Parts: sequence; C-alpha cells; structure tokens
Amino acid sequence: MEQAPPDPERRLQPAPLEPLGHPDAGLEAVVGEEVEGARDEGSGDGTMTENNFWLKKIEISVSEAEKRTGRNAMNMQETYTAYLIETRSVEHIDGQSVLTDSLWRRYSEFELLRNYLLVYYPHVVVPPLPEKRAEFVWHKLSADNMDPDFVERRRIGLENFLLRVASHPILCRDKIFYLFLTQEGNWKETVNETGFQLKADSRLKALNATFRVKNPDKRFTELKHYSDELQSVISHLLRVRARVADRLYGVYKVHGNYGRVFSEWSAIEKEMGDGLQSAGHHMDVYASSIDDILEDEEHYADQLKEYLFYAEALRAVCRKHELMQYDLEMAAQDLASKKQQCEELATGTVRTFSLKGMTTKLFGQETPEQREARIKVLEEQINEGEQQLKSKNLEGREFVKNAWADIERFKEQKNRDLKEALISYAVMQISMCKKGIQVWTNAKECFSKM
Amino acid sequence: MDGERRASQALSSGLPEGGAGGESPGDGGPVPGSSGSSALLQAEVLDLDEDEDDLEVFSKDASLMDMNSFSPMMPTSPLSMINQVKFEDEPDLKDLFITVDEPESHVTTVETFITYRIITKTSRGEFDSSEFEVRRRYQDFLWLKGKLEDAHPTLIIPPLPEKFIVKGMVERFNDDFIETRRKALQKFLNRIADHPTLTFNEDFKVFLTAQTWELSSHKKQGPGLLSRMGQTVRAVAWSMRGVKSRPEEFMEMNNFIEMFSQKINLIDKISQRIYKEEREYFDEMKEYGPVHILWSATEEDLVDTLKSVASCVDKCCKATEKRMSGLSEALLPVVHEYVLYSEILMGVMKRRDQIQAELDSKVEALTSKKADTDLLTEEIGKLEDKVECANNALKADWERWKQNMQNDIKSAFTDMAEENIHYYEQWPEILGFRSLVWTYTPIIKPCYGGMSPTK
Repeated sequence: MEQAPPDPERRLQPAPLEPLGHPDAGLEAVVGEEVEGARDEGSGDGTMTENNFWLKKIEISVSEAEKRTGRNAMNMQETYTAYLIETRSVEHIDGQSVLTDSLWRRYSEFELLRNYLLVYYPHVVVPPLPEKRAEFVWHKLSADNMDPDFVERRRIGLENFLLRVASHPILCRDKIFYLFLTQEGNWKETVNETGFQLKADSRLKALNATFRVKNPDKRFTELKHYSDELQSVISHLLRVRARVADRLYGVYKVHGNYGRVFSEWSAIEKEMGDGLQSAGHHMDVYASSIDDILEDEEHYADQLKEYLFYAEALRAVCRKHELMQYDLEMAAQDLASKKQQCEELATGTVRTFSLKGMTTKLFGQETPEQREARIKVLEEQINEGEQQLKSKNLEGREFVKNAWADIERFKEQKNRDLKEALISYAVMQISMCKKGIQVWTNAKECFSKM
Repeated sequence: MDGERRASQALSSGLPEGGAGGESPGDGGPVPGSSGSSALLQAEVLDLDEDEDDLEVFSKDASLMDMNSFSPMMPTSPLSMINQVKFEDEPDLKDLFITVDEPESHVTTVETFITYRIITKTSRGEFDSSEFEVRRRYQDFLWLKGKLEDAHPTLIIPPLPEKFIVKGMVERFNDDFIETRRKALQKFLNRIADHPTLTFNEDFKVFLTAQTWELSSHKKQGPGLLSRMGQTVRAVAWSMRGVKSRPEEFMEMNNFIEMFSQKINLIDKISQRIYKEEREYFDEMKEYGPVHILWSATEEDLVDTLKSVASCVDKCCKATEKRMSGLSEALLPVVHEYVLYSEILMGVMKRRDQIQAELDSKVEALTSKKADTDLLTEEIGKLEDKVECANNALKADWERWKQNMQNDIKSAFTDMAEENIHYYEQWPEILGFRSLVWTYTPIIKPCYGGMSPTK
C-alpha cells in the first residue's frame, strides 16, 4: 500500500520486480559470496517467509570495489570508488544461480536512490546507507575514504542496504530501484526526470512545522524522542568501544616486544635459551592475534552504526507526520476564518478585525452587490476548503496508519538484529578468550621448561 | 622499539661505579675489613661448632676465609656441607627468618623519614635470643650494604630498592612507594640470610639485633671517611687496567653481564608498559558496562540482553584488575630486582678487576724497578692469594646467582602466564554463554556480511 502523492503527475508506477511470483510478498535476498542456499535476509518477518511461493529467487550482491578516475561536474579530475552490483536469479529446483545483471555504481548514486525513496515513500523507515566518512575510528583505522579496510566495510554496507530495500514489502516494488539494479546508463537521468527533488519538502518548512504543530499524534512525538535517545546512546557506546579497542590493541601489541627480547636473550643462555626462544614465539602469536579480533569487532560496530543511522530515518517519518499535521491544522484554521468572515458579511456584524472592515470604515460601506459577490466567492472557497480538509484528513490518517505499520515492522527487525549483534559480540569475546588461553598455556609450558 | 633499545644501551654504558649505594673498596695493602670480618666469621664458625666435634678440621688461614665455601680449594668441612645445603635453598634447613613491616613516619626538626620494623627469628646459637625486633631506616640499609661490599668485594650482594624514583613521583612517601620499598627491603635481607657466606657477616647480625643507639655507635667504628676516599681514587685508577689482563672466563662473564643487563632492562620497560596499557584498558572498560545499562532504559525488548552484556563487562573489569595486580605483585618486582642486580654485577666485575690490577701493578713494579724486591715479592704473594680468593669467590657466587636468576625468572614468567590463563578462563563463565545465547534460538546468522557462520 503506497500513499499516492497529491499532485496529478504521478510518479512512475512501480512495477513488480521480475520475475516475481507473489505480488504482495517481499523479496527474498541473500548475502553475497559464499551461499549455502537462500536464507531470509534479516528484515523479512515471519509471515513473509512462511507464505512465499517462490518460483525464482533473486540474489543481490555488491561483489567488488574498484578505484576509478574520472571527471566531475566541474570537469576536474577526481578519484572515486565504484562498486559492482550483481543480480542473480536462482532456479528454485536445483539452486543454480544465473547472472542476470551486472553493473557498476558509485556511492553518490546510492545516495541519489535513497533520496528518491525518501521523497516517494515518506511513511517508510528507509534503510540507511553506510557512513560517508569513517567515524568512531580508533587509531589503527585510517579515516581515509580510500583506505582498503574502509572500502571493504563500505562494500558490505552497501550490499546490506540493497538487501534491506529488496526485502522491504513496499520499497522492493519500486521501478527506480529495479532500474538501479539493471540499467547502468541513463539511470541518473531517469531518476531526475521523476522530478523528485522538486517534490521534496523543504527543510525549512519541516522545521517550521515541528515548532508550530499543535496536535501531533502522541505516538510520533514519543517515537521522535526514542530516536534521539537511540542515536545518543549508540554514539556513546561506539565511542567507548573505540577507546576500549584502542587500549586492548596496546595491551596485545606490547607483548610482542617480549618476543624480540626473549629471542635475543636466549642467545646468551645455555639452559634457559630454548624455553625463552619458544616462549618468545608465543608472545609474537599473542600480539598478532589482536588484528583479527578487532577486525571482527569492527563488523559488530558496523551493525550498531546501521541502527544509529536508522534513527535519522525514523525522525524523517516523524517530520513528515508533523508537516502533514501542520498542513492540516493550517487548512482547518484557514477554513474556520473564512467561515467566520462569511458569517460576518452575511449578518453584517464585524467581530474580527479585517482590512476590509477598516477600509469600509474609512472609505465607506460597500454596495450590497459587492457584498453578495464577496460572499459568493467565500462560499466557493469554503466549499473547496472543506473538500481539501476532508482529503487532507484522509491522507493524514492513511499516512499514520501506513507509517505506523512500517514502524512496527521496523521495531521487530531492530529487536531481532540488535539481539543477534549483541550475542555475536559475546561469541566473539569468547573466541578471543579461547585464543588467549591457548597462547598462554603454550607460553607457560615454555616458561616452565626454562 | 628502537628508541627503547638505544635508551637501554645508554643505560648500560653509563652505569655508576660499584652498584647501588656502595663504595668500591680496594687499597694498596691487606684489606683490613676483610680480614677483620673473616676473623669474625671464623669465630662464629667455631661458636656454631661447639657442639660438633668433627669441625675442628676447619682451616684457619685468614685469606681463605673470604671465599665462598664452594671453592674446590676449601676442605669439605661439615660447615661447607651445611652451606651447600643452604645453596639448594631447602626451606626446612633455613634457620634465619626475617620480616620487614610496619612503616612509620618520624618527624624531627631536621628531617622526616620512615622506619621499618624488622623481626628476626632464629635458632642459631651465636644469636643471644631466638627473636629480635628492631627499627631501621633506609640509611641503615645503605650502611649495611656498604659494609658487606667492603667485606666481600667480589660477592654478589643483593640489590637495595632505589633511593627515590625520579619519574612519576609526586610525593616522596606515597603509600605505593612505601609498600614497594618495604617488600624490596624484606627481599634484600632474606637474600642475605640465604647467602652461604653473607649470612654469617657480623655487621649483618648487628643490623638485625642491635638497638638503635647500639647500631649508631657500631657504625662509627671501621675505616674513616678519608681512607675510604683514598680507596676510591685508587680504585678508579686501577679499574681500567684490570680489564686488559682479565682471564678468559671473566671476559665471558662480563659479556654475559652486558647482554643480560641490556635485555633485563628492556624486559623491565616492556613489563611496565604492559601494566600501564592494562590499566588504561581497565579505565575505559569501566565506562563500557554502564553505557549498556543506559541503553536498556530505552529498549523494552532488549533489556535482558543489554543488562547481561553490562554485567559481563563489569565482571571482565574485575578480572582485568586481578590480572594487573598479579603482574605488579609477581612479575614487576622480580624483573626490577634483576635490573638492579645487573648494575651490581657490573660493580662486582669492576672490583674484581681492581684487585687484579693491584697485583698487576706490583708485578710491573717488580719487573721494572728491581728495588725492594723482597718486600715487593712478599706483597705480590699476598696479592696473588687475594686475587685467587676473589676470583674463586666470584666464580662460585656467580654460579649460585645464575641458578637463582634462572629459577626466579622462570617462576615469575610462569606465574604471569598462569595469571593470564586464569584471566581468559574466567570470561566464558562470566559471559554466561548459555544464559545469553540459548535464550535466543533462531539461526545465528547475521544479516550483515563479513562474518560467515563457518568461522
């Protein structure tokens, strides 16, 4: 169920992605690379997976990243990274996948896609993109966008974005999204032709609405509050985690120095020599084990970051509601004042201050014909206003209903994902400890043989 | 690490003479200190042996008294056998137990200082009582070390904790500093007590048993300041000479000492650094748990999971703290003691070289001057004995020291490894793997790429 925008020039009618079997079901998508068979990408809820009758499944992956140079809008040379998006359709019976589409996109095109989705689906909590610049870095990671580790993590993030969109019941049907995956050339023009930028609500207007709306739906106010808190607490957590990671790195790496010194010392010792030498080797192993550990932790941090950015997507939905509500309130206010004016004109009493009233007093009363004309105009306007108010009300209610449905979907997704992330974090820690036990047990054996 | 290597080289090249606190003895004639103490040693030996008839075979040659009982030249007397047993450090046969505790601050008009209570328990006959309690200050320890070095110039006298630590010291007498010093002082006295020769030193006995005023008056005896100064001047002059004619085994020993000093200094730095990093990790972790609690306040469905994570983090904090204290209790003091020992070894080497240089200069004088031949020959004879004693004492003590060093290093690092194993073993329990993971049954396959389930 999509909300139709008020203007007559419709956006592109979203065509279901081919070859889609079930019109209402979402799209099953799979994490790329090694695939052990299709599985549900985290965001689909229970009913979808149970109800799908798939003749074919689609796999989407962002499989490669490549440095490119080109010319930008100002005809200056620039370096950027392009990502290869591959789409495969999977034959249900034998599980073989066939490459159906493959194209290269850069980060800015992803941004364009997302901005389009934000405009055309304001009631949807639109999945966020991975961060533009590396934040919450600890000292090892470079904050450079060209750094291979950063690029790799971004590749994964972009893939995740596409999978989230593809498995969203509403977003997956959008034609522009489909074209993003299938039409390399001309896609940008196609998006711009939708004129979505013009339809976007101005930030200023939205800000104005936020301050002036009188009766927003309480649930949205609470949601906004929640998203602020979510953002704040996740930021805090990520900051502390980065510091903890930094310190942990230090502890491990300093032990590496033992390796070198033990080795040198063993040269002058007869009995202790062997023990020192082999213990030193284990110290080196210990010191280098932290690299993998922290790389895994970085993926955990990325999982949290996604929800940090989701907070902004939640706020966007709240803003839209506030805007619509404000619009509604303004329309109602306008209607009420017109009605009153009409009444005053009809009865001849002036209860409210009006310019017309003033000028009448100054320049003399108007003729009955003039008054009649004015009343007629006002009545027309009131009629129109009442129609508009009705449709705005309807729109508003539809919006709230649809938005709230998506928010519920989002909440369930979030709870599942975060729980999984926290648990996988705990599992990571345990694996780190197992490594530690092994190394130190070996080292202890060497020491005791000295 | 290059910076550290350079620093440690600088350290090894710029060592002070004679080790911490002591003056380098060495003079032109028979060493009064050593013969005095060796006479005392002899006397003590006889006292001890009153009950034992078969110890009368003990040699009374004064110059031989200075040797560590291990020298192959020493007749195997029952005393030397007892010493041998002591060398193997059997706790059952220990008959001198010393503890250092109760630091107390004393304020006078002139200065403020700390005294430590020293309790000695012994079954030895030459002690008037079986238990002694005295109070000593750091200066007294310095005095004792000096006397031991004078009496036994080529024995490896245990190190004293430093006078003061230059860096990071805000207040001269903060609690950590005092506690570290107390432990080191106790180690110092017990090492002397365990040493086969030093344990019978008279000054050591006085140190352990005399009242404060008695100690003061005892201190005033012995060679005066001027004669000590003269010794130092001559020592400096001869120290270079001794190096040239150093026998092969002592060249090897010297090379070892230099390398060892370098390495142990590095290990000291590394260990200190690890402690510092662990402390900083602990500080950051302390904040990590509470953040999860904060988050749990806004997430109804995740409250349990988040609270579990928070409590796990807190327990890991405690485990880290324990790991740190294990490090600072077991490893750091041992490594640091051996850093000080490496300086002492250099000093011992120098003193041995000086004694040899004395001999060499007289021999040179004999071959060149040819005057007072008889006198010189006699002196040379005595010096040759002296050199031989010194060399033998050092050789034997060296072996003992090496053995101890090996044991101490081995057990310190083994304990450290054990502590780390224990630290990591705690986590799976802490993380309550079962309670956390098994409450959530669906496929643990993250929707986010990067972690394959097969890992």
